Amino acid sequence: MAETSPAPLVDGARTEPVIKLAAARKTYKTGSIEFEALRGVDLSIAEGEYVAVIGPSGSGKSTIMNILGCLDTLTTGEYLLAGENVEELDEVELAAVRNRRIGFVFQQFHLLPSLAAWRNVELPLVYAGVPKDERKARAIAALERVGLGDRVDNKPGQLSGGQQQRVAVARALVTEPTMILADEPTGNLDSHSTEEVLGLFDELHASGRTIVLITHEHDVAARSGRIVHVRDGLVQDENQGAAA
Amino acid sequence: MNWVETLRTSWFAIGSHKMRSALTVLGILIGIAAVILTVGLGLGTQKDVSSQISSLGSNLLIVSPGSSTSSSGVRGGFGTGSTLTQADAAALGSKVNAPDIKGVDAEKSSSLELTAGSANWTTTVVGVDPSYLGVRQRTLETGTFLTAQDVSDEASVIVLGSETAKELFGYTGVVGQSVTISSQTFQVVGVLAASGSNSTSNLDDTALVPMSTMASNLVGGSSANSVSTVYLEAANADALPAAYQEAKSLLLTRHGITSASDADFTISSQNALVSTATSVYKTLTILLTGIAALSLLVGGIGVMNIMLVSVSERTREIGLRKALGAPPGAIRNQFLVEAGTLGLTGGIIGAALGVVAALVLPGIIGSSIEVSGLAIGLSLVVAIGIGLVFGVYPATRAAKLAPIDALRTE
Repeated sequence: MAETSPAPLVDGARTEPVIKLAAARKTYKTGSIEFEALRGVDLSIAEGEYVAVIGPSGSGKSTIMNILGCLDTLTTGEYLLAGENVEELDEVELAAVRNRRIGFVFQQFHLLPSLAAWRNVELPLVYAGVPKDERKARAIAALERVGLGDRVDNKPGQLSGGQQQRVAVARALVTEPTMILADEPTGNLDSHSTEEVLGLFDELHASGRTIVLITHEHDVAARSGRIVHVRDGLVQDENQGAAA
Repeated sequence: MNWVETLRTSWFAIGSHKMRSALTVLGILIGIAAVILTVGLGLGTQKDVSSQISSLGSNLLIVSPGSSTSSSGVRGGFGTGSTLTQADAAALGSKVNAPDIKGVDAEKSSSLELTAGSANWTTTVVGVDPSYLGVRQRTLETGTFLTAQDVSDEASVIVLGSETAKELFGYTGVVGQSVTISSQTFQVVGVLAASGSNSTSNLDDTALVPMSTMASNLVGGSSANSVSTVYLEAANADALPAAYQEAKSLLLTRHGITSASDADFTISSQNALVSTATSVYKTLTILLTGIAALSLLVGGIGVMNIMLVSVSERTREIGLRKALGAPPGAIRNQFLVEAGTLGLTGGIIGAALGVVAALVLPGIIGSSIEVSGLAIGLSLVVAIGIGLVFGVYPATRAAKLAPIDALRTE
């Protein structure tokens, strides 16, 4: 584990993990057909960790992403996010948890094309109820953080793929979330832009951010501190990545 | 998310689809303008009719021969009988028999041709009493009116309506001129001031002669003593019911009729005429407003349609906003405000259009349109209400979208 992590030590041991999945099961029902996407997953992620979840399509990694991102709930099992039992929350509380705790980075960027970069970045702050002036200042600071300080007024269409994904990362950062959850963030990018975005993740990790990256590419996963292999709805094994 | 942000987001969404939003607004706009205009036209027409009827004279009772309600047997239709006589009119004028009747004007009318020089004109020639001016609330433009002396002398004098004078002479200052009716020469002694016209008969196209002259020289024969209408003026508006009762019982007695339902005459009042006309126009207004309201309903369905398109078009945006922490309520409000804004915009423009049309149209179609502040206020409320009501379903659908499904939509 990289010791750049600022996680405090209590009695020589790490604090409670910031993310904890215990005996997590998820069953999808389509008519009479049941499909077990997760079949008892245990996963703990400590603060400051950079974890890659890797697996082929159909392995259950997207389900893990949805569960970790509070976009979906478990059939059975437990999900603790920063000590909070997410399974007990209703839709409105889940929205608040997503807003406060999680910064999403999606494969398709998911920027609103009609809004300038800084307007896109301030969106989560709008739902957090942050006052207008503070929102703009924080959005611009986040864009500067990802190296787009000179692009704040550009609309997504005027930016390259790598720049768009960096705007999305700025949007994920702006609320100071507990975890940055990236779903195939380089899936739509060329190798140059991929390096741009992964380099940014390296920097964020170095400054103490908790990052969970879902991918099917081994060389992307290798940049993380810990690689979790998922297959057939189960965690198969774990090994250290380059950042460890 | 506060309301300012919700409004800003909704405005932005409307602004980014200008053509579509404009067409949606158009549906509401037409509906609102139509409602304002039809209601205004209805109210205006009602007012026109009331004032026209009132111009006949206030505190007025109109006695016509014949009966409009036939209970049994054969009876002459309304206005066809010749059961009212000059003697009846004289009796009604008695202060002893009918203390609440202030003035009586018996009239006997016939359509006759008037000739003056080379001009001729057919109009309603009416035999009247000297009380005509007071009872019918008319004034003279020039000259003098028929006198009691004229009546007793069966004098060949005539008072012309202003339009009749213009038709015959081209101008109204015609006192002293003479006109010929049925080869008898009449001297013009006065011209009536214009009163405006009503819907059934033109009060300015008429010619008045003494009742006695009319009866013996113009329409003689068996009907010489009958009159076509007796106008009664009550002492004041409060005395109208009493005057009605007095006239009715007096005439029943004089005609030897015991049951009121067998009466061979009809007494109607201004109020009855006004309320009949008003109820007719009210029905018409309700009908037209109903049609206009239907167009408003169609406009509302247009709003719902566009909002549904908007929701499915922006599924990914909704998913993203939810992932970023928008609670369902914020999404619902966003679409509700969007729909309400479309409705309100249509309402404001529609109301403005309606008011402008209400100012311009009367000059073209000739009937007045009365637009009240209440109608405008109500239609704005209705417009925003329609936006909201028809926005509820699309907005709820948007709020219920699951963020994962919404995000995956391509």
